[in-house]
Parts: sequence; C-alpha cells; structure tokens
Amino acid sequence: MAEQPNLEDRISGTLKKLLIASVLMFGFGFALVPLYDVICDVTGLNGKTNSSAAAESKEVDASRTVRVQFVTQTNADMPWEFRPEVRSVELHPGEIKLVQFFAKNEAADTVIGQAIPSVTPGVAASYLKKTQCFCFNQQTLAGGKSMDMPVIFYLDPAIPKHITELTLSYTLYNVTEREQQKSKDVAVHRGSQF
Amino acid sequence: MTATTAEHHDHHDDHHHAPHGLKRWLFSTNHKDIGTLYLWFSFAMFLVGGLLALVIRAELMYPGLQVVDPEFFNQMTTVHGLVMVFGAIMPAFVGLANWMIPLMIGAPDMALPRMNNWSFWILPFAFSILIGSVLMSAFGAGHPSAPNFGWTFYAPLSTTYGPASTDLFILSVHMMGISSIMGAINVVVTVFNLRAPGMTLMKMPLFVWTWLITAFLLIAVMPVLAGAVTMMLTDRHFGTDFFNAAGGGDPVLFQHVFWFFGHPEVYIMILPSFGIVSSIIPVFARKPLFGYASMVYATASIALLSFVVWAHHMFTVGMPLAGTLFFMYMTMLISVPTGVKVFNWIATMWRGSLTFELPMKWALAFVILFTCGGLSGLMLAITPADFQYHDTYFVVAHFHYVLVSGAVFSIMAAAYYWLPKWSGVMPNKILGEVHFWFSLLSVNLLFFPMHFVGLAGMPRRYADYALQFTDYNFWISIGAFWFGASQLIFLAVAVLCCMKKGEKAPMNPWNAPEEDLEWTVPSPAPFHTFDTPPVIK
Ligand code: HEM
Ligand SMILES: [Cu+2]
Repeated sequence: MAEQPNLEDRISGTLKKLLIASVLMFGFGFALVPLYDVICDVTGLNGKTNSSAAAESKEVDASRTVRVQFVTQTNADMPWEFRPEVRSVELHPGEIKLVQFFAKNEAADTVIGQAIPSVTPGVAASYLKKTQCFCFNQQTLAGGKSMDMPVIFYLDPAIPKHITELTLSYTLYNVTEREQQKSKDVAVHRGSQF
Repeated sequence: MTATTAEHHDHHDDHHHAPHGLKRWLFSTNHKDIGTLYLWFSFAMFLVGGLLALVIRAELMYPGLQVVDPEFFNQMTTVHGLVMVFGAIMPAFVGLANWMIPLMIGAPDMALPRMNNWSFWILPFAFSILIGSVLMSAFGAGHPSAPNFGWTFYAPLSTTYGPASTDLFILSVHMMGISSIMGAINVVVTVFNLRAPGMTLMKMPLFVWTWLITAFLLIAVMPVLAGAVTMMLTDRHFGTDFFNAAGGGDPVLFQHVFWFFGHPEVYIMILPSFGIVSSIIPVFARKPLFGYASMVYATASIALLSFVVWAHHMFTVGMPLAGTLFFMYMTMLISVPTGVKVFNWIATMWRGSLTFELPMKWALAFVILFTCGGLSGLMLAITPADFQYHDTYFVVAHFHYVLVSGAVFSIMAAAYYWLPKWSGVMPNKILGEVHFWFSLLSVNLLFFPMHFVGLAGMPRRYADYALQFTDYNFWISIGAFWFGASQLIFLAVAVLCCMKKGEKAPMNPWNAPEEDLEWTVPSPAPFHTFDTPPVIK
C-alpha cells in the first residue's frame, strides 16, 4: 500500500479510539443509574416519593378534595403484621394530614424493617409531600412487640386537577440480615485497623 | 504501538512456514482459519442450543409434566436462549466477517490478527462454564441449579433469588462480552484501514457495510451489558442495592439497563443478515442491487433508532403515557427503513432473470419469513395490544420468525453461497435441497401456530399449559423435532465439503459480477490472499 510506513500508526490510532469508546460505554451503563433516578423524579416513572422530610405547605386549595388510599404489603420473609389504621382519607391539596400505620413483630427475635413507598398514578408521586415518615428510617421491633408508625403529609396544591384519587403503597422489607452483615463488616474493618 | 508491529512481523513469518496440526488452530492468526473456527464453534452451539430447545418441546408436547420438572424446564429456556444468542448467531456472524470482510475489501488479513485469536479462544471457555452449570444440574449431586431466570435475567430473579451458578453465568457473560467487543473492534479497524486503494466506503459490498454498523452497535452496547452483570454481581455479594427495592434501588432499572443493551442486540443479530441477502439476491437475479445508497442509509438509521426503542419490551411495567407513546412511535418508525430494505430486495428481483440455486432459495425464504416476523413485531409495538400479547407465545413466535427464519436462514444462505470458496467443493445439491425444504416446512410448522396459542393466551416460559392448547402444542413439537433433525443434514453437507467430497468448485461458481472481489481469488481461497492489493475499477 502507498502509505505503508504509517499504516501501523493508523491501526493503533483507530484501536485506541475504539478501546476508549468501549470503556466509556461501560461507564455509561453505570451512568444510567443516576440518570434513571433523575428521569423518575421528573416523570414520576417509578412512583417514588421524597425520601427525606419536605417543607411544610403554605396555602390550602379548599376548592377540591382528593382521596388518598393506603395499601401495605410485607415482602417475603418479613414476619410483621403491617396495616394502615385507616384505609383512606380525603383532603384538600395543601392540607396536612397525619395517618398512623400499625406494625407488630410476630417473630420471637428482633427484626429491623424498612418501608419503601410508592404512589400510583406515578405522575402524582412528586406532589405527595411527606414532612415526617416512618419510611425515612429503619424501624426496629423486639420479638412480639408492636407500635404505631406515623406519616405526616400533604398534597402540593399544584397537583393536576384530573387527579382525584391516588394510592400510597408501602412495602415493608426485612433488612435484619443486611444490617447485621453491615455491622459485622464494620467490626471486621475496625479490627483490622488496630 | 509495539504490539501491532510484533503482530505484523509474525504474520509475515507465516508466509514461509504455514503451521500444521493442533498448533495451526490454537495459535492461528489467519483470518480464514479463525473464521472457520468461529463457524464450526457456532454450529456446535447451534446443535447444543437446539438440544436444549428439544427438551422444552418434549415437555410441552403434551399437557402435564412428563419429561422434566419445572425447575429444570426453566434452566432449559434460559440456557437455550443464551446459547443461541451468544453462542450460535453472534459467533456465526463474526466467523463470516472474518472470512469474508478481508476478501471483500481486498485486504490481506484482519488488522489485529492476534486479538482475533484471543477473541475466538475466549468463547469455548465462556460456554464451557455456562454449559457446565447445566451438566452439573442435570447429572450432579445435590441438585445445584443452572441459571433459571430466562435469557433476559431480570432482577430480582437473578439477584436475590438467583441460584449459586448465577456467578458462573456472570463470569461467562463477561467473557462473551469481551470476545464480541474485540471482534467488533477488529472489524472497524480493518474496514477503516485495510481497504484496497480505490475501495471507497460507498463501493464496499453491503455485507461489509452492515457489519461495520453492527460493530459500532456492539462497541456501544456490549459494555452496557457488562455493566449490568457487574451491578448484579455487586448486588449479590458486595452489599450494593442497584436493583434491590429494600435498599432504595429499583428492579425496573434492571429492565431499562438490560433492554438498552437488548434491543440494539436484536439488530446486531439481523443487520449482518441484511448484508448477506443483499450480496446474494443481485447475483441470482443477475441485476445490480436496487438502491445501494438507500440500503446503507437504511442500515444506519435502523442502528440509530435502535437506541431509542428499548422500552417496547417493558410497556407493562407502568410507564407514563408520554413515555409509552414515544417508545411506541419510535418502534413503528423503525419499520420504515426496514421496509425500504425489503422493497429494495424485491425491486432487485423485479424483471431479473432469476434462478433458484440453494443460496437464493434460503435468501428468498429469509425475505418472506423475516417480513412475517417484522409484521408481528409491528403488532407488538402497539402498546394497548402488547398488554395482551406480552409474555405470551405470540412474542415467542415473533422473535423466532426474525431470528430463526431470519438470522439463521441468512447464515445458511451465506454458508451455501460461500462454501465453494471456503472449501473448493460445491455443497451437495441433493442434501442441500432436502435440508432447505425440510427446514422451510418445519420452521413454519414449528413457529406459526405459536401465534395462535399466544393470541389465545398461552404464556411463555411455563412447563405446562391449559388443555385447550394441546393440539397446537403437539404439532409445534413435531415441527421442532423435524426442524432439529433437518439441521443434521447440514452437518453432513458441511463435513462433505471439508472432506473435499463433491463437485470441484470453479473460481466463480455463481457467475457473480467481478466487483465482488471474493470471487476473483481461486477456490478454495489460498491461505494468503491479496498480499498485493487488487485493482479496483
Ligand atoms: C419491524 C421490526 C420490529 C418490531 C416493530 C419489533 C417489536 C417488538 C416488540 C414490541 C417486542 C416486545 C414484545 C413483548 O415482550 O411484549 C419485541 C420482542 C422481541 N423482538 Fe422484535 N421487533 C422487530 C424486529 C425484530 C428483529 C429484527 C429482531 C431480531 C432479529 C427482533 C427480536 C426480538 C426479540 C428477541 C424479542 C423478545 C425478547 C424477549 O422478551 O425475550 N425483533 N419486538
Ligand atoms: Cu426490541
């Protein structure tokens, strides 16, 4: 070939570019994770609500009422009874409500639970603001014990008019083993430092 | 770079002492030998994957559980899918690329011959690991399970609930991914740097074009797949929560990451087919390909669009309406460039002096049956309809029409077309005819009734079904055994060619036009070709 002397340079040039592209795409796969969260926030894709306390509302839109229903479920190997004290409430957008959820550990040992909220329809998720929620933290119950867990929330008055009813669902997960594993890892780590 | 320099010296050494025996294959850096290895490997995987499919069909021949237990059935559907996608179809295309791309662009070899050797030899290890986990499950003590979560390995089935062998699966997917990425890089580097003088991009045969675009798709999405399995691994063992709702992750995220890879992947498995039939049809219609440039642009637009349709696999997860509409319209849009291609193939044949030798038969069957698969795809793209069709046998019918009577038929067309060049012997006509007609009839008996049972509500991936589906399933299974057995005829055809038994092939047995450079070298193609580049008119 005419440019024989620099053929090898050209080959390694293309090779380098493509290798960099592959590595970047590997990174892109991981970038999809935060990207997904952002898109979910904007579109309410997965019905996720705020996971830390929201500011209190200022105004109340008394011209309409929205019905909020509560659904609870426990995931596999979660030995708790878990239910809302009321099935649903009606409220004006902006109005603040407190709802209690009942939890009872039916196992003999202490169990740590983590509740994950989700709202249907998904678009309503970003308008449901919780100022306090048992889902912000893990909950611990000793064997046989029970408790009431409060949620304080309001609906952002900007909530679209066509939404007249929405469902707030909580799934309760057993995270005892994960937590024990974590503290064990920490202990091992600390141990190795001394 | 010193590595490439070393490769080139090695390569030149080959001129003087062509290696023999086992060493020839183990240490080969010759594109033809590596192509042959890829093709035989993929055919072996095709038979293994077929065997797994026959276990599925044996179980589904009659309602109730007769042959295997449901747990093992799930392992069969999973490993069948993985072996066919990553072991049969993709390596077959890489094999064809290795053999044909240097011959088609007038290059002496692939640009990175040593990496080529690596990318092939990783594969047998990757699949030994995967298939090993099935063997342990079938014959091992203590009932360890092979991967059982479907070829799409959705979390949490593959994370929280995955069997121990999931870690073997992750390792093997990583190896397959590395192999494909290296193969793809090699294609791009070769096409960009080793074209004979005068072989401009817009003079390249369509097989080279479609492969070039496929290679870019591979480089873009195989690393994302690697990312997905890495996240699975850390979720399983290192306390991350990418896909675990209890820790704030989201299992639906897995589906997005997977299908971001998965949809371009289905086009990876069909674009080279488009190239193959675009090479074959003009030769047997004795007319130049209609709309060469539009074929190139159509391929490129299919590739670009394939990045923005992935969520059509997950309409039922509950997306916002706007998202659903976007993915629905984008999916329908893809059928426009696809339609352009079908139109061009038909226009190429229009008023041509057609003859129907074996490669042409397979190519024609491809055009018709692939179009059937495209049409059922269009039905699936309609979101409200997909709510009914999703996860039924209708989807199974759709993707087997595009992948078996599509991708696999095109690979058969390629094999019958180029075997004379590879082996120097014409493929046996009688066996070839029987193979073709048996495959054509059985593939339709096998997959067409799946549309009906799917529409009637038979779900996919279950070991049993409601009684009203019995008759169809019986005939589907008959079709499956017939199709499977027919492929053994091809084994005979290929072995006969390798043993040089049969009519000797001339240099240009199909009277291809002289622009098709592969037919300007002797049959069988000598170990080294185009050491001095050909003159392109
Ligand atoms: C006109 C073009 C096409 C359209 C509109 C289309 C559309 C679709 C849709 C909407 C689905 C999802 C169905 C569901 O799960 O409910 C699907 C599934 C699938 N398609 Fe296509 N498709 C097309 C072409 C192809 C091609 C060319 C291939 C491969 C060569 C392919 C392979 C697949 C596979 C493998 C699946 C199922 C994946 C799984 O769930 O296991 N499709 N297609
Ligand atoms: Cu798709």
